[in-house]
Amino acid sequence: MLELKNIHKTYNPGTVRELCLFEDFSLAIEEESFVSVVGSNGSGKTSMLNIICGSIGVEKGKILIDGSDITYTKEHIRNKRIGRIYQNPALGSCANLTVLQNLCLFDAKNKRMNLTPYTDKKRIDTYKDMLSQLGLGLENMLSKRCGSLSGGQRQALALIMATMTDIDFLILDEHTAALDPKTSDVIMHLTEKLVRERKLTTIMVTHNLRYAVEYGDRLLMMHSGEIVLDAAGSAKGELSIDKLLGLFNEISIECGN
Amino acid sequence: MDILQAFINSVPSSIEQGLIYGILALGIYITYSILDFPDLSVDGTFPLGGVVSTAMLLRGINPIICLLGAMLAGALAGLATGLINVKLKVRDLFSGVIVMTGLYSINLRISDGNSLLTIPRNAVTLFRNNALADFLPAGTSSLIISLVIALFIKLLLDAFFSTRFGLLLRATGDNEQVVTSLARDKGNVKIWGLVIANSLVALSGGILCQQQRLFEASMGTGTLVLGLASVIIGTTLFRSANRDYSTLAVLIGAIIYKLCYTLAIVLGLKPGDMKLVTALLFLGILGIESLKKGGNKKHVRA
Repeated sequence: MLELKNIHKTYNPGTVRELCLFEDFSLAIEEESFVSVVGSNGSGKTSMLNIICGSIGVEKGKILIDGSDITYTKEHIRNKRIGRIYQNPALGSCANLTVLQNLCLFDAKNKRMNLTPYTDKKRIDTYKDMLSQLGLGLENMLSKRCGSLSGGQRQALALIMATMTDIDFLILDEHTAALDPKTSDVIMHLTEKLVRERKLTTIMVTHNLRYAVEYGDRLLMMHSGEIVLDAAGSAKGELSIDKLLGLFNEISIECGN
Repeated sequence: MDILQAFINSVPSSIEQGLIYGILALGIYITYSILDFPDLSVDGTFPLGGVVSTAMLLRGINPIICLLGAMLAGALAGLATGLINVKLKVRDLFSGVIVMTGLYSINLRISDGNSLLTIPRNAVTLFRNNALADFLPAGTSSLIISLVIALFIKLLLDAFFSTRFGLLLRATGDNEQVVTSLARDKGNVKIWGLVIANSLVALSGGILCQQQRLFEASMGTGTLVLGLASVIIGTTLFRSANRDYSTLAVLIGAIIYKLCYTLAIVLGLKPGDMKLVTALLFLGILGIESLKKGGNKKHVRA
């Protein structure tokens, strides 16, 4: 169980650009649930992910994982149990290292980063198996530099690598937004498969309402730092893209847009 | 013809110097090319290695232990730069300048205030008065010893880059986000990189002082530019598809740099002019590189 309790977050405090985003924001996410999050720009979706991962701090409030307080735990320490995929496919792997070298790095995530050779010949077949299920031909590109892969290939690789070690949480930050529709579908299928197989607690921020409706077992809509819609189970099943879009428009009108 | 003859005569000693400076260039390769950190502290750690090694040698200590002492001193200086940059969040360039400036005084302290230290001809160094130097044919022994040391360091570095930690170091310069995703503190990795790089730079300074039997307090001026020039010459000329073998390119780059240096001296330039020559050479290389890149961009846009 992941809990955000009474979170307060203000950007640029004490300046003219002061922006209070979260005021007493709370959210609880059950273990092994797959939550999709939608909302307009500036609604606080990515900030929420950053707060969960520890990329930014909070003024007040607590972040708990299974009851233990991680509010002041550093980002890289939290990442032992978290895998995160960004909108920009370039952030998930090292451009100047080969596909194999990137795989070796992530394979060693929860091992010691010491002076043992990074390539383990026995693991190469496992890597190839993992890559071949993508159907993108990556298994034949182990010695290619990641920088020369396409965005879709890189994002698929990032997803495979983020989930190859023992993690509990998968954080997806608009991870299909930079991809073409067909590749997005491929990546979403892969995401669903990995999440179910590995029983990961997943939070997916997306602008694609269809994905938000089709995938996941709970849907959140955010607006200016608040959750305006929280539908799980059968309530989520009754949601349609049109209904979501209607709600979206209502909020926009309230804002005077 | 005289000029040509003079140049040919000085080729072996230029190669020898190039190999010694090559170790320095390998250190700078780690900070500049791999970590993307312009580490100016090398202008202080190069003479630091020189003075530590020379001062120990003058007390009759085994020359190899003197070099280990130099490396340890360099490592500590690198640690200082890293801590200033990572923990105090001082900009990379300034962290280096602070350490470089401080080291100038520290180096003079170690040399008892002497801006020159000379090693007597009969002292035991890596290059003289030891079993290996006596065994090798006179005239080429220094060259062979430099070659062996430089290749040894190159192979050691290659081995390091094939380890998990070596790969993590490369990842840090490439994409810091990945290091954080790997649940590692990117600052700590950066500090380790600076420690390793500066210990190599100090080693190079120590070897150079043993070779020329002389330490000068001013020997560090322009170290970074010299090392960068070597790295850029080497990696530009030998741009192989596989970046994993750049260590050899860097060594060769240092040798080419030293050969150019000798040629300029033979052609009549004074040693004092050489910093300007290095600076202009460096400017030329960087200028050509950025013009090339600029040209590519235009091409892409069109």
